Amino acid sequence: MHRTLRALAAALTLAMVALVVPTGTASAAPASAVRTQEQRIEVAGGPGTTGPVSLDTTLYLPAVTPAPAVLVAHGFGGSKASVDPDARDLAARGFVVLTWSARGFGASTGQISLDDPDHEVADARALVDWLAARPDVTQDGPGDPRVGVTGGSYGGALALLLAGYDRRIDAIAPVITWNDLGQALFPNAATTAPLPSGTPARGAFAPDGVFKRGWAGLFFSAGLGPADPAPNGPDPGAAPAGAAGPVGGSAQGGPALPGGPAPAGEPLTCGRFTTQVCAAYTESATTGRLSPATAALLQRSSPSTVTNRITAPTLLVQGEQDTLFGLDQADANARQIAATGTPVKVLWYGGGHDGGAPDAAVREAIGDWFDFHLAHTGTDPGTGFGYTVQSGVRTNGSAPNSRTVEATGYPGISGAAPVESRRLGLEGPEQVALNPAGGNPAAITSLPGIGGALGSLAGRLTSATAEVPGQSAQFRTAALGEPVLVAGAPRVDVSVARVPGQPAPAEAILFARTFEVAPDGLRTLLGNAVAPFRVAVPADGSPARATVTLPGVVAPVEAGNHLVVSVGTTDQAYASGTEPAVWRIGLSGDAALTVPVVPGEAVTANTVPLLPLIGIAVVLALALLAWIVARIVGRRSAAGTVAAADPGAPPLEIHTLAKTYRGGFSAVKDVSFTVRKGMVLGLLGPNGAGKTTVLRMLMGLIRPTAGTITAFGEPVAPGAPVLARIGAFVEGPGFLPHLSGVDNLRLYWAATGRPAAEAHLDEALRIAGLGASVQRRVGTYSQGMRQRLAIAQAMLGLPELLVLDEPTNGLDPPQIHAMREVLHRYAAGGRTVLISSHLLAEVEQTCTHVVVMHHGEVVADGTVDDIIAGGGAATFGVDAPDRAAAVLSGLAGVHAVSVDGGSVHAELNGTPRASAVRALVTAGVDVASAGPRRRLEDAFLQLVEEDAGTMDAAP
Amino acid sequence: MTTNDGPSTWKGTVGDLADDVRPARYRPGHTLPLRVELRRQLLRRRTQVTFALVTLLPVILWIAFELADNGTPTGSVNLVDLAKGSGANFAVFALFASSSFLLVVVVALFFGDTVAAEASWSSLRYLLAAPIPRARLLRQKAVVSGVLSVAALLLLPVVSLVVGALAYGTGDLVSPTGESLTFWTGVGRVLLAALYIAVQLSWVAALALLLSVSTDAPLGAVGGAVTVSIVSQILDQITALEDLRNYLPTHYDGAWAGLLAGQVDWGDMTRGVFSAVCYAAVLGGLAVWQFRRKDVTS
Repeated sequence: MHRTLRALAAALTLAMVALVVPTGTASAAPASAVRTQEQRIEVAGGPGTTGPVSLDTTLYLPAVTPAPAVLVAHGFGGSKASVDPDARDLAARGFVVLTWSARGFGASTGQISLDDPDHEVADARALVDWLAARPDVTQDGPGDPRVGVTGGSYGGALALLLAGYDRRIDAIAPVITWNDLGQALFPNAATTAPLPSGTPARGAFAPDGVFKRGWAGLFFSAGLGPADPAPNGPDPGAAPAGAAGPVGGSAQGGPALPGGPAPAGEPLTCGRFTTQVCAAYTESATTGRLSPATAALLQRSSPSTVTNRITAPTLLVQGEQDTLFGLDQADANARQIAATGTPVKVLWYGGGHDGGAPDAAVREAIGDWFDFHLAHTGTDPGTGFGYTVQSGVRTNGSAPNSRTVEATGYPGISGAAPVESRRLGLEGPEQVALNPAGGNPAAITSLPGIGGALGSLAGRLTSATAEVPGQSAQFRTAALGEPVLVAGAPRVDVSVARVPGQPAPAEAILFARTFEVAPDGLRTLLGNAVAPFRVAVPADGSPARATVTLPGVVAPVEAGNHLVVSVGTTDQAYASGTEPAVWRIGLSGDAALTVPVVPGEAVTANTVPLLPLIGIAVVLALALLAWIVARIVGRRSAAGTVAAADPGAPPLEIHTLAKTYRGGFSAVKDVSFTVRKGMVLGLLGPNGAGKTTVLRMLMGLIRPTAGTITAFGEPVAPGAPVLARIGAFVEGPGFLPHLSGVDNLRLYWAATGRPAAEAHLDEALRIAGLGASVQRRVGTYSQGMRQRLAIAQAMLGLPELLVLDEPTNGLDPPQIHAMREVLHRYAAGGRTVLISSHLLAEVEQTCTHVVVMHHGEVVADGTVDDIIAGGGAATFGVDAPDRAAAVLSGLAGVHAVSVDGGSVHAELNGTPRASAVRALVTAGVDVASAGPRRRLEDAFLQLVEEDAGTMDAAP
Repeated sequence: MTTNDGPSTWKGTVGDLADDVRPARYRPGHTLPLRVELRRQLLRRRTQVTFALVTLLPVILWIAFELADNGTPTGSVNLVDLAKGSGANFAVFALFASSSFLLVVVVALFFGDTVAAEASWSSLRYLLAAPIPRARLLRQKAVVSGVLSVAALLLLPVVSLVVGALAYGTGDLVSPTGESLTFWTGVGRVLLAALYIAVQLSWVAALALLLSVSTDAPLGAVGGAVTVSIVSQILDQITALEDLRNYLPTHYDGAWAGLLAGQVDWGDMTRGVFSAVCYAAVLGGLAVWQFRRKDVTS
């Protein structure tokens, strides 16, 4: 039982710990082995920057050095403090970790250049140089430390760019980041060019997209105002452990304030951004178009320029709820990096800029990636592909509503088979959609920056606002015959044409999205995302045809539901067309929705964990063993008692019995008496004398503190077989109130396991004398009826020793009389009866023998005649006691004459009482009463009066 | 004394009273047969009410679903929406709705009440004096309580499946994770889930039995076991306790949700069974030990 005891001890300890340990301190322990050093590192300012830039850095040193290093870059709007938890995690795994605030953020100087190769990327290369000079970092060669890079969003792009520009990088794990910043901020999902279908989430990435003004504005505002050097300031962009969405409505979102690091003479509206970035944003925000200059600027910040140079094994983590950097961005990264043969593993998790930060499983995967590729420990994480399936069902934590599916590889790269796709036919005629002037009101599908904070509420909110009446054309599939798990970006071919006589500009700006629609009309916007596209529509009224890549999603679609593709004219998060327009939108091509699916295995370990299984077996085996041992011990002791049986032994023999209850009360101190066959023995004593305690021990209900009880020569103990020869009624009746009287007796007898024929149920019922009432529920019985039924129960099976405790309580005089008869007959038949009572008269009239108890001790013991009637003794109430004594002394044989107040006691010794009375009357003595001397009564009354006196005195 | 007692036979013959005295034929292994204890319990109102409640619950749920205003589609699905999808989903919802409290109460009632109620009626001492060996009494009562508990735990999903199939058809079981299973696979999973819940609740059973032999108040035993379960569930909500929560007896009470997937996740269920049998063995052992040495004074 050690194991189970330990489990119990653990549980109890836990319960106590839970009560005393303040929450929050519990997880502090593992990080204590990690040492940190803060330092500022000067790096070259780079082109266009005057003087060097000072970076605020923290180095985390693990317990054992030298060790491989990991650079952890923070997200946009954050600082080195926002990645502290991740740095500590990795340091605890044994890596040297370096974090820094990027230029323009935190306590670092300089201006934000959006991960420009000459600025932020050059800074990171300088940090690698710095690591190369440290003895506590494992070195692959002179000036070449073994180093990996991770980071979320802004930091993730830095990881990719650094790996492209610096060949010393040995492994990277970019999280929720971009491939092509121009496409991320100016997406265009429609293309007329043929689109390869190897990878699941390939986006069209067509040029001249629609400005993602919601996100871009939030992004830009995060760089306005003074940098926030607060060590624990919120970092919305910190992917691995920081808060979810990057640049949400955080503190930096306020208007620019004087006093920021912006050099004098520069407009406050540029904040900490470089002039070039500021100009590009200003132009984009005012025109809504991507100018060539801005495109070139964003191109410099795009990993797409260097992905063909990345040789470091790459773990790409992307979020499924991300309207900023969608799955198509990670798809492009994976495709481009793997094209050169670099190992790439892809994870899609159920969060992102609109969802949440990566969960523990993803952080674990990142750690494992560096363990294997930097430290060369652990198992090969491989180049597989995992994605999280979120059902969208709100379970309030009562059940998991997501699962993870793993495929052997990301489809279409590194030799993995191209993605499978399902063709779902779409129905719907050409429809007319209006674009209101100014693009307002607009559909709301995502809430940049606050979607993550709102969680599932955002989904519910936007589903109601995702469609503005009259602004969209909708096409639906037939009800799905079987469930489909969409994993990637579906595609649809559409046609857009002018409506003759209606206004329309040269280009149509439209937004495509996919809904899942249940038969009851419940609509769910897949991914809460839209795919914006811009197509030139011929002026002659002929349609423009294009393939539209819908947002990349992971969505389980139930059988019986429809998918609906909706093409609308507005979306709040984008720069919709401002000119009023009317478009005729229809299906093109084969009028089908092409849905990518990636079959895989559920990650759940469908094997049974071994240790708990062994534990179960051990516990069950121990329980079985305990049961067998208990049985053997029980058998052995039972055999012992049978051997001790003696047919001639008295029905009951009590020897120096004592019982002290828990709490120290001694109810029985020293009781010895013997009940012989044929006796009707009365156990007489005032209330509290210990009678009931003796009977409880006799029934095996409580264990004596000392002394022994034997019945028919066998020791009495709880459950002793000899108890079957004793019928008892102690301390009132005990019946199941919901059963009738007769059912109670039948079930009681059945519970004894003895043959029904031995019960003598009819006799017992006749003794109870309940008549037809035996069929009624016992709950309806009066006290006396229950009493009689209980006595009948005690007599079931006609036990050799019948024990009755206060049997006449609640009986009326005729019944008391009748019961005496029964008990006399019972004893006359060779059985034995033991009655306890506090009523002297009852004992006197019913019993042949009596044992008087007081304060837990036997004070008198003998036949009723001996003790009560006192043999031939008599008592006379007279007017002249002295004269009467003289007269009585003179009678022949009379002796032991004594005077007691107005009474005279004498031992008549055979002389009839009548003769004595006659003699007294003759002698002139008036006799008021004459009767047997009641010595017991005297003694008993004395006992009771003592108690009564004590009670009187007590208050 | 009421007048309808019928004629008293106190003075009548007592027949065999004068017969030869034969020692009783007593066999400990035949005392309190299971069918007798089962009958004693089945005739009780609380047993009947419990079974009626468990049977009616799915019907009540169905009526509630029908009465509830469908309202406008909200764009996200919850468990109630899922439940209306098919009979199997309805049964899953019934289990979700009842497993953390109602079924705990049912098990605590059957086990917590079994000895304590006898003590409160004073019938316990007559059973013990019959004599029924104490360990045997406890075993027989535990077996019958177990039979009743498992019956109630299986009755709920079975009735739910029938009610659900009639009301919502025999469509696929759609799990909260978005996977679809055929109706009959779903039926098998639902019944397996009920069995897991039964095994997992064995700790509640053992705790209730321990309390039942320790007190004469049935309410104390039942309420005590339910209270411990609730406290454990509350502690389980405190995520800061991290791994310590794994030792809470209720930590794995929802692990049967792992059955609602194409590939069953046996991991948490195995750990849940292990946790439950550890607690059940310790608490059950304590119950036997306590009952064997206890002074029965009620």
